[in-house]
Amino acid sequence: MKRSTIDLWVGAFVAAGFAGLLFLALKVGNLASFSTAQTYQVQAKFANIGGLKVRAPIKSAGVVVGRVSEVRFDNESYEAIVTFNIDAHYRFPRDTSAKILTSGLLGEQYVGLEAGGDGVMLKSGDRLRLTQSAVVLENLISQFLFSKAAEGKDSKDSKDGK
Amino acid sequence: MSSPNIVEIEDLSFSYVAARPVLHGVSLRIEPGSVVGIMGQSGCGKTTLLRIIAGWLRAEAGSTRVLGQAVGELDGDGIFALRRKMGMLFQFGALFTDMTVFDNVAFQMREHTDLPEGLIADLVVMKLEAVGLRGAANLMPSELSGGMARRVALARAIALDPRLMLYDEPFTGLDPISLGVIARLIRRLNDSLGQTSIVVSHDVEECFAIVDYVYFVSGGRIVARGTPAELRGSGEPFVRQFVRGEPDGPIPFHYPAPGYQADLAVAASHG
Amino acid sequence: MAERALLAGLLQGLERLGRGASAKIWRLGFAARFFGYMLLHSGTAFRRFGLIVREIYFIGVLSLIIILVSGLFVGMVLALQGYETLQRYAASEALGVLVALSLVRELGPVVAGLLFASRAGSAITAEIGLMKATEQIAAMEMMAVDPIARVVAPRFWAGVISMPLLAVLFSAMGIFGGYLVGVHLIGVDEGAFWSQMQAAVDVREDILNGVIKSVVFGVAVSWIAVFEGYDAPPTAEGVSGATTRTVVTSSLAILALDFVLTALMFTGGNAR
Repeated sequence: MKRSTIDLWVGAFVAAGFAGLLFLALKVGNLASFSTAQTYQVQAKFANIGGLKVRAPIKSAGVVVGRVSEVRFDNESYEAIVTFNIDAHYRFPRDTSAKILTSGLLGEQYVGLEAGGDGVMLKSGDRLRLTQSAVVLENLISQFLFSKAAEGKDSKDSKDGK
Repeated sequence: MSSPNIVEIEDLSFSYVAARPVLHGVSLRIEPGSVVGIMGQSGCGKTTLLRIIAGWLRAEAGSTRVLGQAVGELDGDGIFALRRKMGMLFQFGALFTDMTVFDNVAFQMREHTDLPEGLIADLVVMKLEAVGLRGAANLMPSELSGGMARRVALARAIALDPRLMLYDEPFTGLDPISLGVIARLIRRLNDSLGQTSIVVSHDVEECFAIVDYVYFVSGGRIVARGTPAELRGSGEPFVRQFVRGEPDGPIPFHYPAPGYQADLAVAASHG
Repeated sequence: MAERALLAGLLQGLERLGRGASAKIWRLGFAARFFGYMLLHSGTAFRRFGLIVREIYFIGVLSLIIILVSGLFVGMVLALQGYETLQRYAASEALGVLVALSLVRELGPVVAGLLFASRAGSAITAEIGLMKATEQIAAMEMMAVDPIARVVAPRFWAGVISMPLLAVLFSAMGIFGGYLVGVHLIGVDEGAFWSQMQAAVDVREDILNGVIKSVVFGVAVSWIAVFEGYDAPPTAEGVSGATTRTVVTSSLAILALDFVLTALMFTGGNAR
């Protein structure tokens, strides 16, 4: 095997490897978005974050405007403190509300921002006042069952002529 | 005060397994410029002796001095430095199978010197010419016959003009023509390059034709020594049996076994 | 009387087990020293990089065919199987996510590692073992050239360099195969396939961790392959036993390391 042919093949091999890595990073992964964008940080407290995870998307009007960067537990208020990294291009008013929503019926949880009407915009380090916790499925089901049971009892009572 | 002898071994002992000594009380001297044969039966310890001289194995007792240095006391770097002055021809050549003949011979020059490629090419051509294989420079080892492979290995071993050459069974498995070629090369290279050579072999005719002095090893000891002429006329029983190739003598034909009658089942049942 | 024989047999069995275990531990220590020595003497291999390049050709380039073809098939099967299950939950648009994450996080490094161990690992072991058996290693030592620096180290480093490249190519090929089957054969929406995948696959968490895994596997397989070759008894049975051991030990090592690495890397977002 000639020395130059070997070098050629090895060079092609390494180049192909890097091309594959680039393909994975750009076409398959999310390198194309958000890695170089400037962000500012905003916090919010939730009674229950449900299944919200770090790196979950933050959407407003359905468009991704940021990512969850940190989730902590506040031992004094016994609530969750979630930190958002919001893209610097998007400014939100101070009275924006944050809700934890689920994509689809059983999908991933994300944060939905609904802009308020305040003239002053959020700055880095601000805290959102209005928040709505995640809907926990078990609570929903037990609520449903309880209300169904109550309905049944009412109709039975009315039938028995209370 | 270092002696002029290339190799000096005094009362050497060695064993692979503690219970069975392979070499015991061996003493020999190899003078510069001579070709010395170390002969004996298969498994008598002659290859072990060669490996001790080359620094592969460390003797358990006695002193071994090669080229003025005590081999047993050298560290890794010291042994490597000593080996640059030695060359060894392995039994089946041990050529590097993934390189051409040319690259094999050039190996040591490329590894140990900074000579430019053009000069290396000339040196390789000279070494191959000395063994008569200049035309085979671009062949791969798999394309060579046994005799040719061994000659290339010889060219490779003398690449940096070593002072001491070690030959491990150079005559084994060769046809008569190749035997003659190798034997002649060993002697000629030794004399023309001013080397000293040690030939380990059990081929009496070829060996006696080229060596100046012979040591006979049997059972881990030197049982006889002398020039080929002296040994041919020797009355020592082992030497006579070996030199004449007699099937029975001090080395018995039969491997030790209990009585013949006892082993035969038929005789036993009738006995 | 019978109990005594049973006890004796049991004790003998235990003794053999103990001896076998201690022999294996001794060998592991020897392998570790060998590894350290090889790392220390890798300078020659890097100074004469051509040695490593040559081995990358034999180890990496010649493994390309099996890696690419296997990757393609694995990706295609993933798409087929994944679709069957996903469409039952009306989540068939997540097919891209399934294929990409499975490959990049797990199947790429692991399957490519197993293939690498059986093709390249066994070849390295056989080559070094045969060089030892035909006294080429001894000849090299006799010519004052350190065989570990000249023969072993380049093959080790070539394996470490080739493995991540092969794993990446395996994953890329697999995703392409998944795309072919998912989008063109089954009919999943092309836009959804890629966009959901891009949203779910993170460069740092998934791709980088997959690459780290493949580097670790590369080190393990290359180390086992060169050690078994160097330590093989210089006979035909010795070399064949060594190549078998390389493949078996490497495969087990890959799977065990995969468990450890997966547990360390992918423990879920809220674990801290």
